[in-house]
Amino acid sequence: MTSAGTILFVTTAIFSMVGALVTVSARRPLRAAIGLLVHIVSLAGMFLTLDAQLLAAIQLLVYAGAVVVLFVFVIMLIGPAAEVGPIQGRIASRTMSLAVTIAIVLAVSTSLAYYDLPWGAASQEFGTVEGLGMAIYSKALVPFEVISITLLVAIVGAVAVARSRTE
Amino acid sequence: MGVGTYLALAAVLFGIGAAGFLTRRNMLIQLMSIELMLNSVNVVLLAFNRVHSANHEGQVFAFFVIAVAAAEAAVGLAILVAYYRIKKTIDTDDARLLKY
Repeated sequence: MTSAGTILFVTTAIFSMVGALVTVSARRPLRAAIGLLVHIVSLAGMFLTLDAQLLAAIQLLVYAGAVVVLFVFVIMLIGPAAEVGPIQGRIASRTMSLAVTIAIVLAVSTSLAYYDLPWGAASQEFGTVEGLGMAIYSKALVPFEVISITLLVAIVGAVAVARSRTE
Repeated sequence: MGVGTYLALAAVLFGIGAAGFLTRRNMLIQLMSIELMLNSVNVVLLAFNRVHSANHEGQVFAFFVIAVAAAEAAVGLAILVAYYRIKKTIDTDDARLLKY
Protein backbone atom coordinates (compact mmCIF):
# COMPACT_ATOMS: atom_id res chain seq x y z
CA MET A 1 0.00 0.00 0.00
CA THR A 2 1.33 3.45 -0.88
CA SER A 3 2.12 6.04 1.76
CA ALA A 4 -0.80 8.20 0.61
CA GLY A 5 -3.06 5.22 1.17
CA THR A 6 -1.60 4.76 4.66
CA ILE A 7 -2.20 8.39 5.54
CA LEU A 8 -5.78 8.17 4.24
CA PHE A 9 -6.35 4.96 6.20
CA VAL A 10 -5.02 6.38 9.48
CA THR A 11 -7.05 9.58 9.11
CA THR A 12 -10.28 7.80 8.24
CA ALA A 13 -9.71 5.21 10.99
CA ILE A 14 -9.36 7.92 13.64
CA PHE A 15 -12.40 9.82 12.37
CA SER A 16 -14.55 6.67 12.12
CA MET A 17 -13.71 5.69 15.72
CA VAL A 18 -14.37 9.21 17.01
CA GLY A 19 -17.67 9.32 15.14
CA ALA A 20 -18.70 5.92 16.51
CA LEU A 21 -17.81 6.94 20.07
CA VAL A 22 -19.79 10.17 19.72
CA THR A 23 -22.73 8.15 18.38
CA VAL A 24 -22.91 5.76 21.32
CA SER A 25 -22.06 8.28 24.05
CA ALA A 26 -24.01 11.40 23.06
CA ARG A 27 -26.95 12.27 25.25
CA ARG A 28 -28.74 14.23 22.52
CA PRO A 29 -29.82 12.05 19.57
CA LEU A 30 -29.04 14.80 17.05
CA ARG A 31 -25.39 14.80 18.14
CA ALA A 32 -25.41 11.01 17.82
CA ALA A 33 -26.75 11.38 14.27
CA ILE A 34 -23.95 13.81 13.40
CA GLY A 35 -21.43 11.36 14.89
CA LEU A 36 -22.95 8.65 12.69
CA LEU A 37 -22.55 10.97 9.69
CA VAL A 38 -18.84 11.52 10.47
CA HIS A 39 -18.40 7.76 10.88
CA ILE A 40 -20.07 6.99 7.55
CA VAL A 41 -18.22 9.64 5.53
CA SER A 42 -14.86 8.52 6.92
CA LEU A 43 -15.70 4.87 6.18
CA ALA A 44 -16.47 5.90 2.60
CA GLY A 45 -12.97 7.38 2.47
CA MET A 46 -11.57 4.14 3.88
CA PHE A 47 -13.32 2.15 1.12
CA LEU A 48 -11.24 4.15 -1.37
CA THR A 49 -8.04 2.74 0.14
CA LEU A 50 -9.48 -0.74 -0.55
CA ASP A 51 -10.15 0.04 -4.24
CA ALA A 52 -13.92 0.01 -3.75
CA GLN A 53 -14.82 3.23 -5.54
CA LEU A 54 -18.40 2.31 -6.43
CA LEU A 55 -19.14 1.13 -2.88
CA ALA A 56 -17.71 4.38 -1.47
CA ALA A 57 -20.17 6.29 -3.65
CA ILE A 58 -23.03 3.96 -2.67
CA GLN A 59 -22.08 4.36 1.00
CA LEU A 60 -22.34 8.15 0.69
CA LEU A 61 -25.60 7.98 -1.27
CA VAL A 62 -27.43 5.40 0.84
CA TYR A 63 -26.11 6.05 4.35
CA ALA A 64 -25.25 9.75 4.39
CA GLY A 65 -27.99 10.62 1.93
CA ALA A 66 -30.86 8.43 3.09
CA VAL A 67 -30.34 6.71 6.45
CA VAL A 68 -28.92 9.67 8.41
CA VAL A 69 -31.56 11.96 6.91
CA LEU A 70 -34.22 9.46 7.98
CA PHE A 71 -32.81 9.46 11.54
CA VAL A 72 -32.76 13.27 11.66
CA PHE A 73 -36.31 13.35 10.29
CA VAL A 74 -37.54 11.01 13.02
CA ILE A 75 -35.72 13.07 15.69
CA MET A 76 -37.54 16.14 14.35
CA LEU A 77 -40.86 14.26 14.28
CA ILE A 78 -40.58 13.05 17.88
CA GLY A 79 -39.25 16.32 19.28
CA PRO A 80 -38.20 16.66 22.93
CA ALA A 81 -39.13 13.03 23.72
CA ALA A 82 -36.20 11.88 21.55
CA GLU A 83 -33.93 12.58 24.51
CA VAL A 84 -34.19 9.86 27.16
CA GLY A 85 -33.10 10.67 30.70
CA PRO A 86 -30.18 9.00 32.48
CA ILE A 87 -30.47 5.30 33.14
CA GLN A 88 -31.43 4.27 36.63
CA GLY A 89 -30.44 1.02 38.28
CA ARG A 90 -29.23 -2.22 36.76
CA ILE A 91 -25.62 -1.11 37.23
CA ALA A 92 -24.36 -4.69 37.47
CA SER A 93 -25.74 -5.94 34.16
CA ARG A 94 -24.71 -2.79 32.30
CA THR A 95 -21.17 -2.94 33.68
CA MET A 96 -21.02 -6.64 32.91
CA SER A 97 -22.14 -6.21 29.28
CA LEU A 98 -19.66 -3.39 28.77
CA ALA A 99 -16.81 -5.39 30.32
CA VAL A 100 -17.55 -8.52 28.28
CA THR A 101 -17.75 -6.49 25.07
CA ILE A 102 -14.43 -4.73 25.77
CA ALA A 103 -12.76 -8.05 26.66
CA ILE A 104 -13.94 -9.75 23.46
CA VAL A 105 -12.93 -6.76 21.31
CA LEU A 106 -9.49 -6.58 22.90
CA ALA A 107 -8.92 -10.31 22.42
CA VAL A 108 -10.08 -10.31 18.78
CA SER A 109 -8.37 -7.08 17.69
CA THR A 110 -5.01 -7.78 19.32
CA SER A 111 -4.90 -11.28 17.86
CA LEU A 112 -5.85 -10.01 14.38
CA ALA A 113 -3.76 -6.84 14.25
CA TYR A 114 -0.57 -8.47 12.91
CA TYR A 115 -2.28 -10.93 10.56
CA ASP A 116 -0.98 -10.14 7.14
CA LEU A 117 -1.60 -11.18 3.56
CA PRO A 118 0.04 -9.69 0.46
CA TRP A 119 -2.21 -7.10 -1.13
CA GLY A 120 -1.28 -8.03 -4.68
CA ALA A 121 -2.15 -6.01 -7.75
CA ALA A 122 -5.80 -5.43 -8.51
CA SER A 123 -6.97 -5.32 -12.09
CA GLN A 124 -7.84 -2.02 -13.72
CA GLU A 125 -11.62 -2.39 -13.31
CA PHE A 126 -11.55 -3.79 -9.75
CA GLY A 127 -14.23 -2.01 -7.72
CA THR A 128 -15.31 0.32 -10.49
CA VAL A 129 -18.83 0.59 -11.85
CA GLU A 130 -17.86 -1.71 -14.70
CA GLY A 131 -16.24 -4.41 -12.59
CA LEU A 132 -18.74 -4.53 -9.74
CA GLY A 133 -21.67 -4.06 -12.11
CA MET A 134 -20.57 -7.02 -14.23
CA ALA A 135 -20.17 -9.12 -11.07
CA ILE A 136 -23.64 -8.20 -9.79
CA TYR A 137 -25.46 -8.64 -13.10
CA SER A 138 -23.70 -11.85 -14.11
CA LYS A 139 -23.21 -13.79 -10.86
CA ALA A 140 -25.71 -12.27 -8.43
CA LEU A 141 -28.62 -11.36 -10.65
CA VAL A 142 -31.27 -13.29 -8.69
CA PRO A 143 -30.15 -11.92 -5.27
CA PHE A 144 -30.15 -8.45 -6.84
CA GLU A 145 -33.78 -8.84 -7.90
CA VAL A 146 -34.67 -10.32 -4.50
CA ILE A 147 -33.09 -7.35 -2.73
CA SER A 148 -35.21 -4.98 -4.83
CA ILE A 149 -38.32 -6.87 -3.71
CA THR A 150 -37.04 -6.71 -0.12
CA LEU A 151 -36.68 -2.93 -0.33
CA LEU A 152 -40.17 -2.64 -1.81
CA VAL A 153 -41.62 -4.77 1.01
CA ALA A 154 -39.68 -2.68 3.54
CA ILE A 155 -41.18 0.54 2.15
CA VAL A 156 -44.73 -0.85 2.25
CA GLY A 157 -44.12 -2.34 5.71
CA ALA A 158 -42.72 0.92 7.08
CA VAL A 159 -45.76 2.82 5.82
CA ALA A 160 -48.13 0.18 7.24
CA VAL A 161 -46.41 0.13 10.66
CA ALA A 162 -45.93 3.86 11.08
CA ARG A 163 -49.43 4.82 9.84
CA SER A 164 -51.77 5.97 12.57
CA ARG A 165 -54.74 3.68 13.05
CA THR A 166 -56.27 5.39 16.05
CA GLU A 167 -58.23 8.19 14.39
CA MET B 1 -0.26 -1.77 7.11
CA GLY B 2 -1.63 -5.22 6.41
CA VAL B 3 -5.11 -6.61 6.19
CA GLY B 4 -4.94 -7.29 9.93
CA THR B 5 -5.11 -3.56 10.66
CA TYR B 6 -8.42 -3.35 8.86
CA LEU B 7 -9.72 -6.40 10.72
CA ALA B 8 -8.67 -4.97 14.10
CA LEU B 9 -10.30 -1.65 13.29
CA ALA B 10 -13.50 -3.44 12.22
CA ALA B 11 -13.49 -5.39 15.49
CA VAL B 12 -13.14 -2.15 17.47
CA LEU B 13 -15.97 -0.50 15.53
CA PHE B 14 -18.19 -3.56 15.99
CA GLY B 15 -17.41 -3.51 19.72
CA ILE B 16 -18.32 0.18 20.00
CA GLY B 17 -21.63 -0.55 18.26
CA ALA B 18 -22.34 -3.60 20.43
CA ALA B 19 -21.50 -1.71 23.63
CA GLY B 20 -23.78 1.13 22.56
CA PHE B 21 -26.60 -1.27 21.78
CA LEU B 22 -26.24 -3.05 25.13
CA THR B 23 -25.79 -0.07 27.45
CA ARG B 24 -27.97 2.68 25.95
CA ARG B 25 -31.72 2.79 26.55
CA ASN B 26 -32.59 5.30 23.83
CA MET B 27 -34.14 3.38 20.94
CA LEU B 28 -32.85 5.87 18.35
CA ILE B 29 -29.27 5.44 19.52
CA GLN B 30 -29.68 1.67 19.66
CA LEU B 31 -30.74 1.72 15.98
CA MET B 32 -27.69 3.87 15.17
CA SER B 33 -25.50 1.31 17.00
CA ILE B 34 -26.91 -1.42 14.75
CA GLU B 35 -25.84 0.67 11.76
CA LEU B 36 -22.33 0.92 13.25
CA MET B 37 -22.13 -2.87 13.56
CA LEU B 38 -23.35 -3.43 9.98
CA ASN B 39 -20.80 -0.92 8.69
CA SER B 40 -17.92 -2.64 10.45
CA VAL B 41 -18.82 -5.91 8.73
CA ASN B 42 -18.53 -4.12 5.37
CA VAL B 43 -14.94 -3.12 6.22
CA VAL B 44 -14.02 -6.79 6.75
CA LEU B 45 -15.68 -7.88 3.49
CA LEU B 46 -13.94 -5.18 1.47
CA ALA B 47 -10.53 -5.80 3.06
CA PHE B 48 -10.62 -9.53 2.27
CA ASN B 49 -11.95 -8.84 -1.22
CA ARG B 50 -9.01 -6.49 -1.84
CA VAL B 51 -6.62 -9.32 -0.87
CA HIS B 52 -8.36 -11.87 -3.11
CA SER B 53 -8.97 -9.38 -5.90
CA ALA B 54 -9.55 -11.89 -8.70
CA ASN B 55 -13.32 -11.62 -8.19
CA HIS B 56 -15.84 -9.23 -6.65
CA GLU B 57 -17.63 -11.57 -4.21
CA GLY B 58 -16.89 -9.48 -1.10
CA GLN B 59 -17.95 -6.23 -2.70
CA VAL B 60 -21.19 -7.83 -3.92
CA PHE B 61 -21.85 -9.00 -0.35
CA ALA B 62 -21.11 -5.51 1.01
CA PHE B 63 -23.53 -4.09 -1.56
CA PHE B 64 -26.30 -6.40 -0.31
CA VAL B 65 -25.44 -5.59 3.33
CA ILE B 66 -25.87 -1.87 2.57
CA ALA B 67 -29.26 -2.54 0.93
CA VAL B 68 -30.47 -4.67 3.86
CA ALA B 69 -29.22 -2.03 6.33
CA ALA B 70 -31.26 0.62 4.54
CA ALA B 71 -34.39 -1.55 4.69
CA GLU B 72 -33.70 -2.31 8.37
CA ALA B 73 -33.36 1.40 9.19
CA ALA B 74 -36.66 2.21 7.47
CA VAL B 75 -38.60 -0.55 9.23
CA GLY B 76 -36.89 0.07 12.59
CA LEU B 77 -37.69 3.77 12.54
CA ALA B 78 -41.29 3.00 11.56
CA ILE B 79 -41.56 0.67 14.57
CA LEU B 80 -40.02 3.43 16.73
CA VAL B 81 -42.64 5.94 15.55
CA ALA B 82 -45.46 3.47 16.21
CA TYR B 83 -44.02 2.71 19.67
CA TYR B 84 -43.75 6.43 20.42
CA ARG B 85 -47.44 6.88 19.51
CA ILE B 86 -48.41 4.28 22.12
CA LYS B 87 -46.01 5.05 24.99
CA LYS B 88 -45.07 8.72 24.39
CA THR B 89 -41.43 7.81 25.09
CA ILE B 90 -38.66 5.97 23.25
CA ASP B 91 -37.02 4.54 26.38
CA THR B 92 -36.65 0.81 25.78
CA ASP B 93 -36.89 0.13 29.53
CA ASP B 94 -40.60 0.97 29.18
CA ALA B 95 -41.10 -1.46 26.30
CA ARG B 96 -42.97 -4.29 27.98
CA LEU B 97 -46.13 -4.48 25.89
CA LEU B 98 -45.43 -8.11 24.92
CA LYS B 99 -44.07 -9.21 28.29
CA TYR B 100 -47.20 -10.53 29.99
